[in-house]
Amino acid sequence: MMEAALRSVPLRRRGGVLPGYGLALGFTVLYLGLLVLLPLGALVLKASTLSWEGFVAAVTGPRALAAYRLSFGASLVGALVNALFGPVVAWVLARYDFPGKALLDALVDLPFALPTSVAGIALTAVYSQNGWLGQHLAKWGLQVAFAPAGVALALTFVGLPFVVRSVQPVLQDLDPHLEEAAAVLGAGRLRTVAWVVLPALFPALLTGFALSFARALGEYGSVVFISGNMPLRTEIVPLLIVTRLEQYDEAGATAIGVVMLGASFLLLLVINALQARALRGRKR
Amino acid sequence: MSVTVEHLTRRFPGGSHPAAEDVSFHAPAGAVTALLGPSGSGKTTVLRAIAGLEEADAGRVSICGEDCTRMPPQRRGVGFVFQGYALFEHLTVRGNVGFGLRVRGVSRKERDARVDELLELVQLQGYGERYPSQLSGGQRQRVAFARALATRPRVLLLDEPFAALDTRVRVELRAWLRELHEQTHVTTLLVTHDQEEALELAQQVVVMHEGRVRQVGTSLEVYDRPATPFVASFIGNANVLRGHVQGGRAALGGLTLDAPGGAPDGARVHAFVRPHEVRIARAVEEPSGAHAVISALTRVGDSVKLSLQLAGRDTLMVHMAHAELEALGLTQGERVAVGIRNARLFVEEHAG
Amino acid sequence: MSGAATRRVPSAVREPAWVRVLLIGVAVAFLGLLVVVPLVAVFREALSRGPAAWLDAVRDEETLSAIRLTLLTACVSVTANGVFGVTAAWLIARYDFVGKGVLSALIDLPFSVSPVLSGLIFVLLFGRQGLLGPWLSAHDVRIIFAVPGVVLATTFVTFPFVAKEVLPLMQSQGSQEEEAALTLGASGWQVFLGVTLPKVKWGLLYGVILCNARAMGEFGAVSVVSGHVRGLTNTVPLHVEILYNEYNFAGAFAVASLLSLLALVTLGVKKVAERRQGGRT
Repeated sequence: MMEAALRSVPLRRRGGVLPGYGLALGFTVLYLGLLVLLPLGALVLKASTLSWEGFVAAVTGPRALAAYRLSFGASLVGALVNALFGPVVAWVLARYDFPGKALLDALVDLPFALPTSVAGIALTAVYSQNGWLGQHLAKWGLQVAFAPAGVALALTFVGLPFVVRSVQPVLQDLDPHLEEAAAVLGAGRLRTVAWVVLPALFPALLTGFALSFARALGEYGSVVFISGNMPLRTEIVPLLIVTRLEQYDEAGATAIGVVMLGASFLLLLVINALQARALRGRKR
Repeated sequence: MSVTVEHLTRRFPGGSHPAAEDVSFHAPAGAVTALLGPSGSGKTTVLRAIAGLEEADAGRVSICGEDCTRMPPQRRGVGFVFQGYALFEHLTVRGNVGFGLRVRGVSRKERDARVDELLELVQLQGYGERYPSQLSGGQRQRVAFARALATRPRVLLLDEPFAALDTRVRVELRAWLRELHEQTHVTTLLVTHDQEEALELAQQVVVMHEGRVRQVGTSLEVYDRPATPFVASFIGNANVLRGHVQGGRAALGGLTLDAPGGAPDGARVHAFVRPHEVRIARAVEEPSGAHAVISALTRVGDSVKLSLQLAGRDTLMVHMAHAELEALGLTQGERVAVGIRNARLFVEEHAG
Repeated sequence: MSGAATRRVPSAVREPAWVRVLLIGVAVAFLGLLVVVPLVAVFREALSRGPAAWLDAVRDEETLSAIRLTLLTACVSVTANGVFGVTAAWLIARYDFVGKGVLSALIDLPFSVSPVLSGLIFVLLFGRQGLLGPWLSAHDVRIIFAVPGVVLATTFVTFPFVAKEVLPLMQSQGSQEEEAALTLGASGWQVFLGVTLPKVKWGLLYGVILCNARAMGEFGAVSVVSGHVRGLTNTVPLHVEILYNEYNFAGAFAVASLLSLLALVTLGVKKVAERRQGGRT
């Protein structure tokens, strides 16, 4: 931070020599204003024209409440599953050598790169009742597609890279002497991992969890195919917004949208705080 | 509580030569033994093998007479201080120091008492609730010592314990470590590349180079009677003069010294001469001896560094007190007579 | 020292073989069930009626027009966001000014907004009942349910990608080389084009690739603003949905396989760019 501040001083002093400043600032602010702030402003402005009663009715209707429950619940499940398996994947990629490791490493990013509608129909094809895996699960009485479990599955998919990519670099940079110190002090392998490695990973794990949760909360494309979109049962919040829009109920859509936006901002604050803390911990 | 290493060899896959090869020495109980050598000489590998952090490919490591070559590090009862401290950042100072005790299932009360004892020993009372990130480099290093000592290890192993600190703190901590050792008398092995550190702290010095032990001896022995040209050049400053044997005398660029015993005529020799072991006099007073010209003269505080140009192309660095030079009344460019008080000569065949 | 020269895990801090095998097994199974199997399913379903049917589905006129729109959209939004990303990164990395922190936070904002909301805000701005709706219809300009809406929503969603990749690079590299160029008499543009840009080119490529993948694959935001007008405002991911909802599964998966190939190529290029940039993950 300090270093960056010091570095930028000489250039700033020569502001006249480097004509980029005015142009860069003007362009950045204009582009940001037109493309991001103006549309978001429209949402806020629209929301302010709603009557309080109408707003409350729109955001606390039974359908909305069911959608919040499903969206938050399934996002939480997805993020938890990722928080459980993500560190295992990160550990294996950071610590072991085995054939196909590079491929596995690349595949972790697939949910970032694969269009969500493709992910949606692919997961449905595999996990629906006559799909490759779905038919076996159905024998056990487990319905995945067109059930809340399917929503959680799709949200696990989209959140997968976040935990792995948060934890992996920390694991790679972890001073190997830490684990050796624990061993010399008498700690067995399991205890070393539990008492030394996991606490060091925890901030990154928490950040990855929050990122995964935030991404899942807003996800739309991969869910709408596998969920079956049954109101009160498998309807997520983003879908409810789309439905309201299709019914030309812009006020209803806006009201629920504001709630979603508020949740996203709250999460963004939490994530920023977590990242700042994790960074401080690692810089030391 | 002694440590014995016998014929220890450790190869790393892909390494051109073994990191440690046929290393043997005995570290006596209660003493500080320094493993001294340049980077990559294998001293850290030997230390890690003693701790059980490296497996020996061949050889034996015994602690207190007990063979523990194949014993996991958890059971060796050693304390290890790592170069970069390796403190657990998520634990407080107390948590760090008490870690080994907690692993051993020591009760909380006993643990607290022992941690207090150690914090006092390393002069960090009142720092127990801080986190490592809130401490200075020197304080972190002392926490690392306390953590290593908390479990009452049979041996304390120190891997370049002061390398990450700046010079002033390093000198302070060196004095502190000497005091600490006088209080605890725990058998200590110290890995360092800093000869001053080794000579000051250790009763015994093991000089290593390219994976092998070059000399084992007291600090005075390795300084005054280096066993190999490497030891002579690595420990302390030395002028290196090259020449050959003629009629039982070694001729070295205008200087003549007694040849090593049994060196045949024509054998090539290296002579190592410490800068303070060169004696000079006014040329007119000793017209028969070897002569040189003072080519440079630098005063550093109350001493003087001289560069002497010998008859050949060799230069000789000389250190002497400024007062002594004043008494002689010599200045740059003058001819002087040169004498050698003490030198170590090596015949080139067993150079290494 | 000797240990650092050959970094290997000493036996003391290594897991037993069976634990290693178990952990690798768990990781492979997790990624396999969640990622590999669905990916394979796409290609299997796409080719379930043979290569000829696949080719027919891909060469279908509606598919081709969807591809054209997607290419156009990606082209515009990647270019715009690329220029913006480099400019914003240069601004934030090289100058100090009031509000810099707010500016960098705002750049990340679209990442945390749901794609559906990203579409909704443009409807509220440009839609028939939107803020600018009356004015737009008076001048007979259509944005929502038309190509401009699709482009705008896509650009919003992919807004931070390039800036996010280029900024940390510029910050970590410092400005010494730029200063050297200045003392040698280079102009601002010469410094930028000759020194700054080459230094960040792999990060820029990486950002552009990710931005492009997201632009071509965006579904939620585009779905809200496009109106699904076939042959006009239908992008490839939307076309997948339409085919799928018509129970034309082979067609849907054939088009989906194109997008999957794009994703795989993206991952490949990403790996290369990462390696060139020097081992960043």
